Amino acid sequence: MITADRLTKRYGPTLAVDDLSFEVSPGKVTGFLGPNGAGKSTTLRMILALDAPDSGTVTLDGQAYDALRRPLYDVGAMLEGKAVHPGRSAADHLLVLARSNGIPDRRVDEVLDLVGLTSVARKRAGEYSLGMGQRLGIGTALLGDPGTLILDEPVNGLDPDGILWIRNLLRSLAAEGRTVLLSSHLMSEMSLTADQLIVIGHGKLIAESTVDEFIERRAHHFVRVRSTAVERLGLLLRNQGATIDTEADGALAVTGVDATAVGDLAAAHGIALHELSTQRASLEEAFMEATHDSVDYRTDTDTQAATRERVSQ
Amino acid sequence: MMTVTALPRLPRPGTTRPLALDVARSEWTKLRSVRSTYWTFAAAIASMMGIGAIFALIFANQYSGLSVAEKATFNPTSVSLNGYLFAQLAIGVLGAIVVTSEYATGMIRTTFAAVPNRRLVLAVKAGVFAAITAVVGVVSSFGAFFIGQAILSGNTPHASIGDPGVLRSVVGAGLYLAVLGVLAVGIGVLIRRTAGAVAAVVGIFLVLPIVVAAIGTPAGTVSKYLPSAAGQAIFHTAAPGQHSLSPWLGFAIFVGYAIATLAVAATLLVRRDA
Repeated sequence: MITADRLTKRYGPTLAVDDLSFEVSPGKVTGFLGPNGAGKSTTLRMILALDAPDSGTVTLDGQAYDALRRPLYDVGAMLEGKAVHPGRSAADHLLVLARSNGIPDRRVDEVLDLVGLTSVARKRAGEYSLGMGQRLGIGTALLGDPGTLILDEPVNGLDPDGILWIRNLLRSLAAEGRTVLLSSHLMSEMSLTADQLIVIGHGKLIAESTVDEFIERRAHHFVRVRSTAVERLGLLLRNQGATIDTEADGALAVTGVDATAVGDLAAAHGIALHELSTQRASLEEAFMEATHDSVDYRTDTDTQAATRERVSQ
Repeated sequence: MMTVTALPRLPRPGTTRPLALDVARSEWTKLRSVRSTYWTFAAAIASMMGIGAIFALIFANQYSGLSVAEKATFNPTSVSLNGYLFAQLAIGVLGAIVVTSEYATGMIRTTFAAVPNRRLVLAVKAGVFAAITAVVGVVSSFGAFFIGQAILSGNTPHASIGDPGVLRSVVGAGLYLAVLGVLAVGIGVLIRRTAGAVAAVVGIFLVLPIVVAAIGTPAGTVSKYLPSAAGQAIFHTAAPGQHSLSPWLGFAIFVGYAIATLAVAATLLVRRDA
């Protein structure tokens, strides 16, 4: 359990984290979501006592991180970037960390094996690809078999196989009862990996809920209808209080009534339907919606592209 | 579907071993697992013995041409230990880099996430580096002394290890390098960037003595208290006087500089974000 209570952090004139409170529960994968510059990495650094908050506290199972003497047994962290000396091999990097907490040397081989780096364990970390660096970061986090995992952008730079691997790994770690917190700007990945979401923008909490609730509450749902009699159907639907938009291919985008009502109405008036489906917004879209006002750098085309991407249900 | 290989569980040890011991093993592993450590210590050893040998050769050839006054102050032990001039730069640079490379690579955050007690990390890091440097320093200092005296033998005055003050000088030159290493670790923490920290080390040990000498303060009243001169008093076996402190007083002051730098560094290290 990670408990953040009114965390605030200022860098010069910039308020990086602003009165942020949240809880991360064990047994679940919690996604920490926010646009670039929202304060995710700063928050994670405060959890690990690397940065001191200007006010507020954060505890792990009730204890401040810097009160832990050998923290790797309790908390495994994968920090932004590589945070590894490029001249040191993966095996030596892990050995350095294992020894600092009195973890037996043999654990290094077990971890290298799990993250699939055994064959390149003696290679200098500076020669690693982005994906290999991420695997080393995950290995670092797992070294002490910790009950809490904190991962900053773990999926970055992984190939599809690697992404699938880490998704399964994180889910199985959470299923073992561990607390798993991962930050990401990849919303689509979060919707597949996370159970719970903490969304921040400009250092402030925007949402703290399950992934499903977040999408439900934030996103725009509509019923997509294709028919040869769209105009007549549109009129009937408007009379029922629905709002109608027309999609690029001529289909109706109906909000305000559900698919059942649309189907029943069409049947009652003898209108043939060629398509009837509920369009559910993606997490991507819900996220855009939620953080719209708190994105520092945005182009209109980005927003549109993301909005166009819908997940049908 | 790819299956996830299970990682064996790791039992938490009911350890009562001091944390400092674990951190020391970790810091030792850090040092021995990067190439720069080997290169820099090799450079320090080569400087100590090679440059010492060159100085000895020069004096062996030119001794007969020295003036009576020069012959009177000729100190064969000092001559053979002159490699410290370059060795101190190697050690100073490495001491600074041991810290600044962690800041440059982000490793410092990994280090403090593993051991949140930053004062302990700094103390152990400085201690491990000092211990290795002391061994390397003392061994290469003995090497330089014996090579130098072998070259000076013959018509040139030369020292033997049993002569008064000689053993102290030879061991002292190695210890000087070790304490300088601690000072450099502290400077690395204070400045955090490699270029700045290296410049500071070079400034304190090479530039500052020259500047102070050029300003010409009344007969060494200031210059003998500089870290460089105070530390070197232990192996410059000229009689102490106005221009130099007594060997152990000088060395004690030098150790004081190192401890003070480390103390300030520790305070800032705790206060600043990693």
